[in-house]
This record gives sequence, C-alpha cells and structure tokens, in this order.
Amino acid sequence: MNTIPDCSLKRLSRVSYDKVELKTGLEIHQQLDVGTKLFCDCPTIETDVAHTKILRRLRPTQSELGQIDPAALYEFKKKKFNVYLYNQTSACLVECDEEPPHPINMNAVKAAITVALALDSKVVRELHVMRKIVIDGSNTTGFQRTVLIALGGSLKVDGMDIPVQTISLEEDAARIIEEKENYRVFSLDRLGVPLVEIALAPTTVDPVTVERIALELGRLLRLTKLVARGLGTIRQDLNVSVHDFKPSEVKGVQRLDLIPKVIEYEAKRQDYLFKVSNELKAKGLTAEKAIGTYVDVTKLLEDVSSQIVKKALKEDKTIYAIKLVGFRGLLGREPFPDVRLGLELADVARAHGLGGVLHSDELPGYGISKEEVKRIERVLKVREDDGFYLVFASSDDEEALNAIRRRAIAFFEGPIPETRGPLADGRTKYSRPRPGAARMYPETDIPLIKVTDELINECMTRVPKPWIEVLNYYVTTYHLNEKLATQILDSNYLSLFEKACSETNLSPTFLAVSLTELIVSLTREGVDTSFLDDVRLLELFKLVDSGQVSKESVLDVMRYMCQNKVGSEAALKAMGIKAISEEVLRSIILRVIDSNIRLVEAQKERSFGALMGLVMREVRGKVDGKKVSTVLREEIKNRLESKR
Amino acid sequence: MFTKRLNQLLLYATRRILKDTSGYKGALKAFLEAHNIGAGDIVVVKTDKDEYKGTVIPRYEYASQDFLTLKLPNGYNIGVEFNKIRSIKLVEEHAPPAFAPQHLTAPKKGLPKAVIISTGGTIASRVDYRTGGVRPALSASDLLSVVPELGDIAQVDADLLFSIYSENMTFSHWSKLSERIYNYIKEGYNGVVVTHGTDTMGYAAAALSFALHKTPIPILLVGSQRSSDRPSSDAASNLIAAMVTSLKAPFSGVYVSMHEWVSDERISIHVGTKVRKLHTSRRDAFKSINTSPVAVYKDGELNVLRNDLPKRGVSDDFRIFPKFEEKVSLIKFYPGFDPSIIESLYQKGYKGLVLEGTGLGHVNKLTADSLKKLIRDGFIVCMTSQCIYGRVRLTVYDTGRDLLDAGVLPLEDMLPETAFVKLSWCLGNFEREEVSKMMRSNIANEYNSRLLLEEVE
Ligand SMILES: [Zn+2]
Repeated sequence: MNTIPDCSLKRLSRVSYDKVELKTGLEIHQQLDVGTKLFCDCPTIETDVAHTKILRRLRPTQSELGQIDPAALYEFKKKKFNVYLYNQTSACLVECDEEPPHPINMNAVKAAITVALALDSKVVRELHVMRKIVIDGSNTTGFQRTVLIALGGSLKVDGMDIPVQTISLEEDAARIIEEKENYRVFSLDRLGVPLVEIALAPTTVDPVTVERIALELGRLLRLTKLVARGLGTIRQDLNVSVHDFKPSEVKGVQRLDLIPKVIEYEAKRQDYLFKVSNELKAKGLTAEKAIGTYVDVTKLLEDVSSQIVKKALKEDKTIYAIKLVGFRGLLGREPFPDVRLGLELADVARAHGLGGVLHSDELPGYGISKEEVKRIERVLKVREDDGFYLVFASSDDEEALNAIRRRAIAFFEGPIPETRGPLADGRTKYSRPRPGAARMYPETDIPLIKVTDELINECMTRVPKPWIEVLNYYVTTYHLNEKLATQILDSNYLSLFEKACSETNLSPTFLAVSLTELIVSLTREGVDTSFLDDVRLLELFKLVDSGQVSKESVLDVMRYMCQNKVGSEAALKAMGIKAISEEVLRSIILRVIDSNIRLVEAQKERSFGALMGLVMREVRGKVDGKKVSTVLREEIKNRLESKR
Repeated sequence: MFTKRLNQLLLYATRRILKDTSGYKGALKAFLEAHNIGAGDIVVVKTDKDEYKGTVIPRYEYASQDFLTLKLPNGYNIGVEFNKIRSIKLVEEHAPPAFAPQHLTAPKKGLPKAVIISTGGTIASRVDYRTGGVRPALSASDLLSVVPELGDIAQVDADLLFSIYSENMTFSHWSKLSERIYNYIKEGYNGVVVTHGTDTMGYAAAALSFALHKTPIPILLVGSQRSSDRPSSDAASNLIAAMVTSLKAPFSGVYVSMHEWVSDERISIHVGTKVRKLHTSRRDAFKSINTSPVAVYKDGELNVLRNDLPKRGVSDDFRIFPKFEEKVSLIKFYPGFDPSIIESLYQKGYKGLVLEGTGLGHVNKLTADSLKKLIRDGFIVCMTSQCIYGRVRLTVYDTGRDLLDAGVLPLEDMLPETAFVKLSWCLGNFEREEVSKMMRSNIANEYNSRLLLEEVE
C-alpha cells in the first residue's frame, strides 16, 4: 500500500499534457465601455458608500417534472440570504429588481456585434434576451439577462485558428463584498454593466498557449475601443478536463499569467483523481462497499484535550465519523502540492460553512491522541487498510454532511465536474457543483431586436484592423519603437495616448513612456495607480505641455496624486513645484553667471557644465532641463560677447 | 393487442392535429404545418449559408412574422429569418410540456384546513426550461411544490376561480368571489387566502370588506409585484404571511398582505378598505392610507399592532351582501372640468358618482351648479379628495359650503376607490333612501376619525 502513482507530471511537458488528454476551453468576459448599463440608464461607475441596504432571499423556481438544478438546490439548501448595498449614483430601481428593465442599450449591442464581426462570427439576425437562472445572489432577480449575438468564427493566433463557439452580451453581476456563514453582501454598482462573453471551443494546446490566446483575444477587444479597461473589467473562465471527463470550470481568473498555473494545477489534480479511481477499482472496491455511513462519536471524544474538539463541543456540535474501507494512506497522500483527497473533502465541508474534516492519515494529531483514535477505530470497526474522517456539525448541517459523503463516493468516478475558484498562486478551490444544463427562458420584458443589414454595416466600419497592422501604424505614425508601441497598445491608456498626442505638443515617446513604464514603476513601488484616470492624466500632460511641470517631475507628481488622491494642480501646489516662467529662469541664470563671472571668463563656453549644475540645483522639477540648457547657453554667449 | 395499436394510432392522430404553431401566422405557419412541425419539436434548419439545430419555440403574439424562433442546445433562443430558410427537417418529435403534477406528501394531520382561491394573479408558477414556457401552478400540489412551507402551516386546498388579468375584473366577479368565500367559511375552513393581480386588488379588497358581513375569520388578499416564475418573486413570502394571518390572527375582516418595504423581511397586513397601490412596480407598492397597517409578519411571527378590530371567532351574524350596482362612476375633477360629462352619465342611467375633488374636496362653480340640479333629480354625488392623504372638509371655503348645500356627501378620509366600491355595493344591496346614510356610516373600517402624525425614527 501507499503506492505513489505515476508522478511524472511533476514537471509537466507537452507530452504529459497529451498523456492526460488535457483540454481547455477559454471564456472571456469583458466589460463594455458604452456609457450606461445594459438595461437601465445608470452610469457604469464603482461606488463605495451605501445609501441603503436591501435584504433578499432567492427561491429556486421549479421546472417541469420537478427537475432541480444541482447548483440551484445547493444554494437554496445553504439557506443564505443576500444583502445588497445600494448607492444612488450607481444604481436605480432596475438593479434593485423594483422596476422592469429599460429597453436594451443599443450601443452595447453594436459593440458586441462589432466584436463578433472581428472574429468572423455569424451574427444572429433576431436577438432574444434570455433569463439564465443564477441563484447565488449575485443577481437581484435570480437570473442573469443574456442575449446570444453570434455563433461560430475563429481567432487567429500565431498561425492557428482557434474556433469560437458563441458570443453573447450579458449583464454583469453584483460585486461581492463579503461572504458570511448565512448571508452574503453585494454591491449593486456593477450589476447590469454590459459584458461581452466570448466562448472559445475547447482546445488541446498547452497551458502557455492558452495564455497567449487570452492575450490576443484581449488585444482584439481593446482595439475596438469599445471596452472598459482596468482591473476587474476582464475576467477569464477556464473549462479544464482530462481523459475526456466532464470539465471543471474555474471561474474568474483575472490575471493572464495565472492561466497556465491554473490549468497545470487542474491537470495534475484531475489526473490524480482519475488515477485514484482506477487504483480503488483495482483493489476490488466499490463506492457502496467502501464508503460507510455517519456514526456519532461525540461521546468517545468528550474528555479529550484537543482544542478543536473542545471548541466544537462548546458550540454544541456533534462529531460524526465515517469509515472509508481501503483508504488508509490515500487521504493524506500528496503527489503534488495541495493535491490530495483529504483536501477535496475539506473543501466541500468549508464550502458548506463547516470548518473542514479531520482524516485518519493526519491522526493522531490536532490534540487527538493515539488512544482516542483507537477508540474511534474500534467503534467504526476500522481495519488495518481502512481510513475514516471526522466532521464537526450542528443539527441543521445535514446537507453539508451528505455533500461531503457524496464527494467521498465520487472518488470512485475520477474527476467530477465542479465550479472552482482560483487562488492567488494558481491553485483552485471548490466552490459549488456545476450547474446542470443552462436553465434559460425568455425575458419577456424586452422586445425582440431585429439586426438589420444597416446595423451590421455600421458595425463593420468599426471592426479594428489586425493587431500587426495596428502595431505598424503606431510605430510609423507616432515614431515609437516596437516595444513601446506594444506596451501602449496593451495598456489601459490607448485612447488617452491618442488624445494627448493630438491635444498637446508633447512627444509621443514621452507620452507612451509616461503611460506605460512610469505607471508600471509606480505599481511596482506598491502605489495604487487606479486614481490616475484619463481625465486626471490628460490634465497633467497639459500642464507639462504649457511648461508648468517639467518632464522630469512627472513621476513624482503622479505618485503624489495617487497617494493623496488629489488632481495634478493641487499636487503641484502641495509639492511646492511652482513652474518657473522663462523670465524668472533667465533672471536666475543671470544671477548665477554674475556670481561665477570669473569662472565664465576663464573657461568661456566650457563653463556651461558647472553652471548648469548650479542652475538645476535651484530649478529642478520646476522647469524642463532642455529649456534650462538652451537659456543658459544663450546667456553665457551674451555675456562673453558683451565682454568683447 | 389490437386495442393497444388502435390507441397508439389515435394518440398519433391527436398529436398530429394538436401540433402547436401558436404565435405563428401566415406563410410561416403554413410552412410549419406543411412540414408537420410544431412547438417543442427538434429540427434542423438550413439557410443559404448556415445550419441550425434547435427546438421550435412558440412565437410571441405581437412579434414580427419574419422569423422562426429556435431554442439552441445551449439554451439560447434565436430568430432565424424565414425568407433565408432553404429547408427544415424534423429530427425529434416532442409533445408540448405536460407539467406533470408533483409527487405530493400527504397533508399533515392535525393542521387546520385552509383554501387558496386564485383569481388569475399567478402567485406560483413553473417554468418549462425546454421551451421557455411559464405556466401558473394551479393545483394544491403544484402550489405546495413551489411553496412547500405552506404544507407545514395548513392542509391547503387550491381553488382556481378565475383566470383573468386583474384589470378585467368586474362587479360580477366580486359577487362570485364573495359567495365562494362565504361557502368555504361555512364549510369550516379556518383560513381563506385570495390571490389577486395587484392592479385592482385594492378595489377587490374593499368589495369583499363590504360584501362579507361579520366574518368569523380574517380573509387575506395577496398579490405579487414580481411574477412568480422569478427566483426573486415576492409571491411566496406574501403568500405565507397571508396564510399565517388568515389562520392565526386574533381579528377578523378583509385584509391585504404585501411587502412593507423592498426587503424580503417584513410583510404588512393592511385593512382592506384603506389600502392603495401607490407604485407601479415596487414590492412595497401597497400602503395603508390615513391609517397604519394592522399587523406585521416577520420570521414566522405575526405582530399585531391594533386591538380595536373585530375579534376572530364564532360569528352569529355572518352573512353576505354580494350584489353590486354597475351604474356608478368614479371621476377625477381637473381645472376646466366640463360638467356635461357628469350630466351625460345621469342621462345614461347612472345612479351615483364618487368625485375626486381638489384639496379639501372642491370642484369649480360650473360643476357645483350642475351637481345641484342632478342631486335634486335623485343622483347621488359623493366627495373624496384627489390628494389621497387627509380628509375632505366642505365647510372651510364657499365652494365647499355650496356643495354641501347642493347635497354632496363628504366622505371624510375615505379612499376614492373604496368610496366608489361602497357606493356600488350600497346601491346593489339596499334601498335608495338608505344609501346616503350608509355612505356616511363606518361599515368596514373605511373611516378613521383620528388621523395621526407618523412616528419618526
Ligand atoms: Zn439603474
């Protein structure tokens, strides 16, 4: 026993991905920037202050034949209620589900059609808004309004054609603020923001290529200039499967560099679960024989010194144990970091609001002694090869107990379809069962939308050129080098860059550097740069353009603005950077020349270097260095000429 | 053997006939019929360039007839342009959804008997996600499957009385409804809940308040502002509060059970004659006017706020007066009002009128003069205020005193809608001579002599 399965996956190679028959489907959700929300006239802005709170409960509606969606049932059984934070600036009665939706935002429809045309997808000629049942509370209605815009098409990446399945337009969900045992708190500001969802067909490419595909798709979206930019405006979902099992969906991967890590972890985890199921079957075990039923062992542990047990007993919890025939060594075995059966059980327990599970491979431990473990084993009739796990649960946790047991039973099935969430390091965590077939029905409050040829033609004019052409355009038009052009195209500030180029006389290179490298360096310092929006930055550039701020001090001003949440004018005032006019500069230079007249007379033009240092000491950050050097040279020349 | 085959053939024949092409008209309908295709069937449609596989979905009645609605396997509906369709092929035949009844657990013994009478507001619905159809849950078992909590409160029967939108309610519907309720209570039901569309629920509540005299139990009207096919519907919580109130409240009479505010926390119980819909869409649209709610339901508990209501219990004088006179009207006065409108009502045989006057209960001079003549001829004119809140008082200004002189009946703080229903009811059940007096006396808490300031938190 304790045979470690094939661990050649430790460093996954192309070959090993083929061996596990890895398939990844990428879904991108991108917020659109079209002024207002999808079904009301609220602006798409984030707000922090809550003017009022609304408390709601959602109830699963039943379909015919009493079919109940596993995800819906799960949510309802958790008996959670939802609290919605409402701000008058960012939400109206529509978000509160207190007023029927307004007609669909046609600018959002046009944006989605433009994206579809860019991906060569077939646009549906009559759009039907649907209600997709979602009862995790993230929609006040209990459903998400969504409309299929187009089918098929493909994305070209490095010579590959990655097929597109569907493109839809949907309302974003409310922003989760807090999750407690029996309620969740959401902010309504994000609810209803238009999102375009692009679902790519599952592919067998390696995880790094998936990141590459996501990058290219993100670029294409940004080139339309119709999408929102910044953190949280684009989210990736990954459907990962191995050996043709049903995929698990990892929802809400926000950073691209996390994509390969998430896929790799899922590949290892799912492949391990696949191997475990084979191993169990090879032992001649079946789920019916192996997974026991819950036994109340509270009495056996009443006088232990374990802090965990004491705490549970104090909270009036019952301690349940369940025998797992043939599982000794299997629960704690960890072929890769955080891939183990014990964790699979504990995750399900935690998702149901329990603290976790304790299993036989980690006991004795947690203050439970060898003697106490023996007692439990005796009651459960656990033999040498068998394992068990313990759960601390209250009387109303029946559903949680059943869910953990069902998870144990499913060890015999291999990887099972789940909805999971990504962790910061690329691992994933169980969040809920995968929903059954989409539960959709028509949104009868919104009339059907006919997509005319005129509408298609209008959108066609907005389809962006291919990336490489756009890149070349920026390189030649703005005389940027390719790296800088790529950076500005990938940044959140492309529109601002173009605007600043046309509204100021500043060099495109300076603007591109400021908007990419400077802001990135601030982020690396740990400064939150979200305060630097387009309006504030353009204001700053205009001050630079009019000579009121020197180029050298732009970084410092930006930092000050972010840290103190003030605009550029206020930052200048507070920092004591008062720009110096040419007149004042000239008078300073004359003064410096006067007091160093001997040096000037002795070294003639060569005195420039020394004098420049002296002048800059006085005017640094208040006037552009180039300007200083020009005026200084002029004045040295004047002085020398007048002497002659 | 033979009969089995015959049955099969019959079934096939009926299905052929019953192919549902609802919503489709003209050429598209003919096209579907020609291919023997109806709603629910899975088809493959080929256009010039594309091919779609999906389920045929009924078309909305008012939608354009240029598109065929298909539900794709991913659940989305799309419209496929009819004039681009080159071929359609039936892949799988499907009967329309049957909405088979739920498996019902036996009613719990020892629980009181209650009935939910449905008038058309769909308090509970089920959705067929295959075709997207929404059907009201009609039977008791349907209802229990959607709102299972009811099964813990009572042995619930369901009665589908009408199936109409509430704006189509008429005087005769109120008569039938009150008779039905009377019979249930006489049969010994301990709880009666009426589900009603919210648009005219205030009128119906007033009508039942007058028609049902000295009821032994409270009768609750309940509606929902979010339809019950939505997970966020307010229907279930309003319904549970109504059922608990009808079964357990210490008072009797007719009441309305709806959300107190937009949160799903507290349900207000309003007096049937003093409640009005004040918002087109919010959950808390119903408010008590010129009084406060009589009770609040929260977390399974009913908190009674008033003790001056008629007591629950055996009534020795439980009767119904179910008739309503149709020739009455409710008119809102406005600047420049032309009194010939009222005169023509009289000429058409109308017997009386409730006016919504301005402010304290005023109309212009021209109208006042005209009313004087009509009242002399036996026409009944009652005065309420379009302010909604507050009491009419005709003694403050000359205009008011003229109206009083003319014989206009000032109805104090009564709601215009309640006054209208009451006038219809008085004329329907009693002699003409008694009507003026009855209109001015408090029969079902429609008057409140003490208007108070609200509490400020
Ligand atoms: Zn809004």
